[in-house]
Amino acid sequence: MINVALPKGRLGEKVYQMFANAGFECPSILENNRKLIFENKEKNVRYFWVKPSDVSIYVERGAADIGVCGKDILLEYEPDIYEILDLDMGKCRMAVAAKKDFYDDTEKTLKVATKFANIAKKYYASKCRDIDIIKLNGSIELAPILELSDVIVDIVETGTTLKENNLEVFETIVPISARLIVNKASFKFKTEEIEKIAQSLKEQVEAND
Amino acid sequence: MIDERYLKSEEKVIYNLRSLYGKYGYLPFKMSKFEEYELYVKNKDFLVSDSVITFNDTNGKLLALKPDVTLSIIKNGQDERGCKQKVYYSENVYRISGSTRQFKEIMQTGLECIGDIDLYDVFEVVSLACASLGSISQRYVIEISHLGVLSSLLDSINSSEEFKNSIMECIKQKNAHEIKKLCADFGVNEEKALLLCDFVGIYGKADTVLERLYSLNVNEEFTSAVDELKAIVDLLDKTEYKDRICLDFSIVNDMNYYNGIVFNGFIEGVCETVLFGGGYDKLLNKMGRKSKGIGFAVYVGLLEGLDKSARGYDVDVLVLYDNTSAEKLSAVVNSYVAKGVSVTTQKSAPQRLRYKEIVDLRGEEK
Repeated sequence: MINVALPKGRLGEKVYQMFANAGFECPSILENNRKLIFENKEKNVRYFWVKPSDVSIYVERGAADIGVCGKDILLEYEPDIYEILDLDMGKCRMAVAAKKDFYDDTEKTLKVATKFANIAKKYYASKCRDIDIIKLNGSIELAPILELSDVIVDIVETGTTLKENNLEVFETIVPISARLIVNKASFKFKTEEIEKIAQSLKEQVEAND
Repeated sequence: MIDERYLKSEEKVIYNLRSLYGKYGYLPFKMSKFEEYELYVKNKDFLVSDSVITFNDTNGKLLALKPDVTLSIIKNGQDERGCKQKVYYSENVYRISGSTRQFKEIMQTGLECIGDIDLYDVFEVVSLACASLGSISQRYVIEISHLGVLSSLLDSINSSEEFKNSIMECIKQKNAHEIKKLCADFGVNEEKALLLCDFVGIYGKADTVLERLYSLNVNEEFTSAVDELKAIVDLLDKTEYKDRICLDFSIVNDMNYYNGIVFNGFIEGVCETVLFGGGYDKLLNKMGRKSKGIGFAVYVGLLEGLDKSARGYDVDVLVLYDNTSAEKLSAVVNSYVAKGVSVTTQKSAPQRLRYKEIVDLRGEEK
């Protein structure tokens, strides 16, 4: 039995379709109900919806053999897993944004508000910049407006939210997209099934290019 | 005589491993829970976790709860020409766990072979790693790599440390897509980038993997590392462990310390790597020793989840009493113990106690 952790939401639904195309369908998943686990015994597969930022935990700890999650989560939590495929979906970027009139005074400690403390820490360490991280859990854009921080490090998709709040991107840290991740131990014992899924998903990604 | 019912599954495993290592002439090694912090500062990158739990001793010296066993064993050994120090241990190490940053006590049982090591010793250690997992479950896999294969391949492409470290991180994750991007960033030509991406996909049964490696034709150093790997694999091929071995180059240990053969072990049903092993000649050199070394550790604590057979009850017999004399009670209890069943005496039945049989002596005369 292959256990698949899918991220709740639109991305997860699209990814499920790719799994279904690969021959691992589970029609009950499309029923509109509150169930969290869906199984197709015939195809030997079980899906479950989890919070996107939790997918890597389920996979690393082996509750799921494989899963799909954003590169942002992998960079932030650095789980010990295999990252075997870039699904080329859910594309966005991790960026530094600030108020349009922001001037980076390198004489001062830079105050950085973010959900992604590890990514921010590493990025500024690579630039030898002294920073003060302010860890927030949501509405990050508010921080520079209220002068809680100088800049924010966050995911930028279209940039609309930034624009509407009079903020703009100053630097791109890294491009982000959804990745197929695998538990290391599962890979040893379910190699064939996992390779079959990965190969089919890879073909689908390439066909969309 | 040991009644196995009272041994926890980890205790059984440790007992089996100790007797296995003892049979091959490995001697027990007992060490202190504490070491001077200095030992770890000097070799920080060798440690799995970068945080060490420290405290001051009564003289103000900084000590650490030992986060690793190998360093202590190396420190205590001596080089002797033609000889080997073969030891096994069963020790707790103390680390700070990844994301939650909690202190963790981790039970390790393993062995080290340090000294004038040759092909046989490496083979013996890898075989004992296989036998160790085999004594726990028949559904296990040992994956083997040779760090020389990876390092010579990377050296042949680009010698920049930054490039090599980034690529190694990708190889560790079997991440070919990121390798492609990195190669483009570092100006590596397409042919070599493809070679690296292909390399990520080379894993599995030894014969096919070795064939593919030889066909890559990278350089002399690469071929000699593959030869070394083949020598071990050929020997293992003649053992009962043959079908349990696979080659996988995603085992990437710090090359400043490790070299040559490295290997990891997995058991079906345990979601983490249960056995870590490899050669560490470079670490020995750094610590001023002339010897070579190889060893492994089994993370026994991870096996807790393997034993899914839940016990259906806590004791065999519950004896309830009130006015019963101590003498009579003792006779009843001992009669059950003599039959080899467990028994508990209570004045009333504890709510959550699970028992097979109840003996009610209440109301009986003294």
